Amino acid sequence: MTKLTIDGIETEVPHGRTVFQACRDVGIEIPHFCFHERLAIAGNCRMCLVEMEKAPKPIASCAMPVSDGMVIKTNTASVIKARQGVMEFLLLNHPLDCPICDQGGECDLQDQAMAYGYDRGRTQEMRRAVKDKYMGPLIKTEMTRCIHCTRCIRFIDEIAGVPELGAIGRGEGMEVTTYVEKALTSELSGNIIDLCPVGALTNAPYAFTARPWELRKTESIDVLDAVGAAIRIDTRGAEVMRIMPRLNEDVNEEWLADKSRFAYDGLKYQRLDRPYLRKNGKLTPVSWSEALSAAAEKIKNTVPNKIGVIAGDLVDVETVYGMRRLLDGLGINNRDCRQDGAALDPKNRAGYIFNTTIAGIEQADAVLIIGCDLKREAPLVMARLRKRYLQTGMPVAVIGQNASLTIKTEHLGESPAVLADIAAGKHPLAQKLKSAQKPMLILGMSALRRADGAAILAAARQLAENCNMIQADWNGFNVLHLAAGRVGALDIGFVPAQAGKDVNQILQGGMDVVYLLGADEIDTTKLGQAFVIYQGHHGDAGAERADLILPGAAYTEKDAIYVNTEGRAQLAFGAIMPPGEAREDWKIIRALSEALGKSLPWNNLVELRAHLARDYAQFAALGNVAKSNWGSFGTSGSITAAPLGSAFKNYYMTCAISRNSVTMAKCTQEFQMGITAEAA
Amino acid sequence: MLQDQDRIFTNLYGQNDWRLAGAKSRGIWSGTKDLVLKGRDWITEEVKKSGLRGRGGAGFPTGMKWSFMPKDSPDGRPSYLVVNADESEPGTCKDRDIIRFDPHRLIEGCLLASVGMGAHVCYIYIRGEFYNEHSNLQQAIDEAYAAGLIGKNACGSGYDFDLYLHRGAGAYICGEETALLESLEGKKGQPRLKPPFPAAVGLYGCPTTINNVETIAVVGEILRRGGPWFAGIGRPKNEGTKIYCISGHVNTPCNVEEAMGIPLRELIEKYAGGVRGGWDNLLAIIPGGSSVPLLPKSICDTVLMDFDSLRAVQSGLGTAAIIVMDKSTDVVKAIARLSRFYKHESCGQCTPCREGTGWMWRIMERLVRGDAEVREIDMLLDITKQVEGHTICALGDAAAWPIQGLVRHFRPEIERRILAKHQAVA
Repeated sequence: MTKLTIDGIETEVPHGRTVFQACRDVGIEIPHFCFHERLAIAGNCRMCLVEMEKAPKPIASCAMPVSDGMVIKTNTASVIKARQGVMEFLLLNHPLDCPICDQGGECDLQDQAMAYGYDRGRTQEMRRAVKDKYMGPLIKTEMTRCIHCTRCIRFIDEIAGVPELGAIGRGEGMEVTTYVEKALTSELSGNIIDLCPVGALTNAPYAFTARPWELRKTESIDVLDAVGAAIRIDTRGAEVMRIMPRLNEDVNEEWLADKSRFAYDGLKYQRLDRPYLRKNGKLTPVSWSEALSAAAEKIKNTVPNKIGVIAGDLVDVETVYGMRRLLDGLGINNRDCRQDGAALDPKNRAGYIFNTTIAGIEQADAVLIIGCDLKREAPLVMARLRKRYLQTGMPVAVIGQNASLTIKTEHLGESPAVLADIAAGKHPLAQKLKSAQKPMLILGMSALRRADGAAILAAARQLAENCNMIQADWNGFNVLHLAAGRVGALDIGFVPAQAGKDVNQILQGGMDVVYLLGADEIDTTKLGQAFVIYQGHHGDAGAERADLILPGAAYTEKDAIYVNTEGRAQLAFGAIMPPGEAREDWKIIRALSEALGKSLPWNNLVELRAHLARDYAQFAALGNVAKSNWGSFGTSGSITAAPLGSAFKNYYMTCAISRNSVTMAKCTQEFQMGITAEAA
Repeated sequence: MLQDQDRIFTNLYGQNDWRLAGAKSRGIWSGTKDLVLKGRDWITEEVKKSGLRGRGGAGFPTGMKWSFMPKDSPDGRPSYLVVNADESEPGTCKDRDIIRFDPHRLIEGCLLASVGMGAHVCYIYIRGEFYNEHSNLQQAIDEAYAAGLIGKNACGSGYDFDLYLHRGAGAYICGEETALLESLEGKKGQPRLKPPFPAAVGLYGCPTTINNVETIAVVGEILRRGGPWFAGIGRPKNEGTKIYCISGHVNTPCNVEEAMGIPLRELIEKYAGGVRGGWDNLLAIIPGGSSVPLLPKSICDTVLMDFDSLRAVQSGLGTAAIIVMDKSTDVVKAIARLSRFYKHESCGQCTPCREGTGWMWRIMERLVRGDAEVREIDMLLDITKQVEGHTICALGDAAAWPIQGLVRHFRPEIERRILAKHQAVA
């Protein structure tokens, strides 16, 4: 610990902290622009200057490490003058176009100019104008407003790991640019919008649509990937205006992936806002009571083993739980939540979750990635892995597509057959893993979706056991999910019961009724002649084939529990109402149960969750990851040499929401098809 | 007046051979092995005794600077010496002549200084525009390698020493020591935050000392003749000899090596043929390169040329580049030109310098025309104070000082122009 005095307050802070942090810890606010806790220190804005005894000049508190006996003064005339001076310089070439700037109301420069600036300007020189730069369809630039804090450059360099942003030119001519004016190829690029302290980088899809003080803010959980990032949904009236990240050190720190941030406009298109029933081959609007009785009648008049239920990727835990209780009551065993056919083994929880946890990656010291394009499948997990890699330079090996992961990796080929060699210690990597203190592996969905998925799962388990990954206080076996609803549904046990049929068997035909619980990622042509009931929120693949549509709610429209890939159950909160006659999904299940004469024993969400917690203890306390016991899972078998593919072709369109998003369509055009929009 | 036998730079004018043979005839590389063998502590101690202060402008005691270098390296990091040959200060041309006419003096100094701080590798970062100088120095380095003077077992002393020459790309800021390191590492030349200081974390994260060419070049002679000899020249705390670069309105502009503390007037009249039109035709002198405040004739009459004397008159020795301006000079325009230079050379990293240098220049341009209000003079002075001391490196200070000097000594002239302009408009 280091002792120092700040404004007469004696304090002790850990060694290695900066004066800035020490000041903040004793409750003294130091204005700043360039400093950011998670980025390298730049010390270039000079706003945080404070006086240090015995120093001839004021010091930049963000860059000065504390030392014993330091005497810091933050409120002297010279400090105040220095701040006013820096503020005057910052405003010298800043356009002062606050009335037409999207950052207005949440602008660091605006706020600090009020608090620390002069009350009038002295300059009569012309202001600088800077040409705007094209940074892709997500980021709107107004580079005249840039104050050159370099936060965006440091983020893209250090955390996103794609060195595509930098400064060119000198002095007043310094400009932040992508050098060749191309879109940033990072899935985390949206974060520089939050980092920009002024309105130089703003949210392009949100541009000029709302002012921050008009927005109602709801803290929730993201479902566009399986990471479960903490988000804030900003709404105005019945419309989601934007989505921002929220702090959760265990999951997303303070970042958010681009799809999660920008796909929200998909919530406004192709919505199912009333029940439909196919009459004479045509979907016809019907009332809820007609729709429910049609569904009940169909289910009642069909033998249970001719009914199949498939849960989709975005379903919440309450809905799946209600559905399972209903199916148990009806004796329907043909059900599955693995609509992509992934060979996830529900027997053992440790076999289908991300056991190290995301924050736990920061303890790992050797990593094997199997069939997983981490940068695109889970950008936030990639950011964590990169952080750890930069700290340690640990070995990272990849089996599968040799996609760019922004870090140095050793590529072991595309075939999963090598897993057995590593497990048997015949591969040089085995030694590296065994000699590591905390080795881990990440198993991606593309490895499990294959016909030999169960064998790969078993081989990975074997490898984990043989290579020191399973220890008393460390479980390095990780499955990276892509669907926000998957782990929750597996936890509920939404898998075939008592020799029931799984998703592939259901899709082999022979079903009379198929209930799609938000399942859109299946081949609907395989549903055959079955009567298809679709419950969900988007008119996507499932609804198109459906004979009966029960309109549900999207994640922004309902209070619900989601379990992320770590097995962390988190509570999401609805920010707006579902459109039209659409209803929250648990209510639809409850109403259907009543129509079937098998009423589920709850009348509200509180009662439902009480039942849920009684049946599944892990849902009693939300937000944490319970440790799962190791055990056997997977099915040993032969692994074909076929190369591991990609879990998805297009990061920007992976679910009903993102497929219907205009912003994501623009990203697809830019990044998948290589069509660059005309630079603004 | 410096005796001829006390001169260190005996080929400052290039009249003799600059190559190895010529250098040896001037005593360079004589007894170097013995000096190396006397060891690190002896060298540092001798340099401390000599009172040598850095010749790059700041005047930090060289021996003390070397003693900051770590004695051992538990983590295995090597130490580096980096020689700053990015001589870009307007008015300064001393390093250039050392490099092109006496490169071996520098190379020998590099070896001895490296021994003095425990470095086995030295980089010389030379200004990109110095093409011929680079060529001479590289040839001299090759000669020294071929003669076994540097390289493995340098001079047969058992000390391994490698010397690399790196060309800059022509940015003034890369003469700032930490920006130089960034540039040397292949990055954009922008000064680093201090602390950590280069002696702890410098080039490639290793302990590094950065010294000016002249500082390093005098080391050989100091060690051969002993620190006390060097300390015996000049005045207390301002000891030794120094190369002065005299330019501007003098009859014979020149570089000249003289003792520290020589009167400015004597220096100009003896070596530079006097001020054009006589001493009474003098308007002002910038005594230490463009960064330091100018001095009006009244101060130039008596001031001595050393660190402390010039500081006492609110200026500085800087690089000892004396820029003489006679009465034909538009002094406001001259300083405005310097302001433009600093605006152009600001790296753009930190706010006060990036924005302040441009603002100051624009005001200066208006003051040249008198197109301003009298109160703006005080505003300008206030702006210079807002820049000074608030930046990462000293470029902000360097941009502020000339203007402060101008206002301090020539305020009536600025006011006269403003009032004349106002009258003309009225």
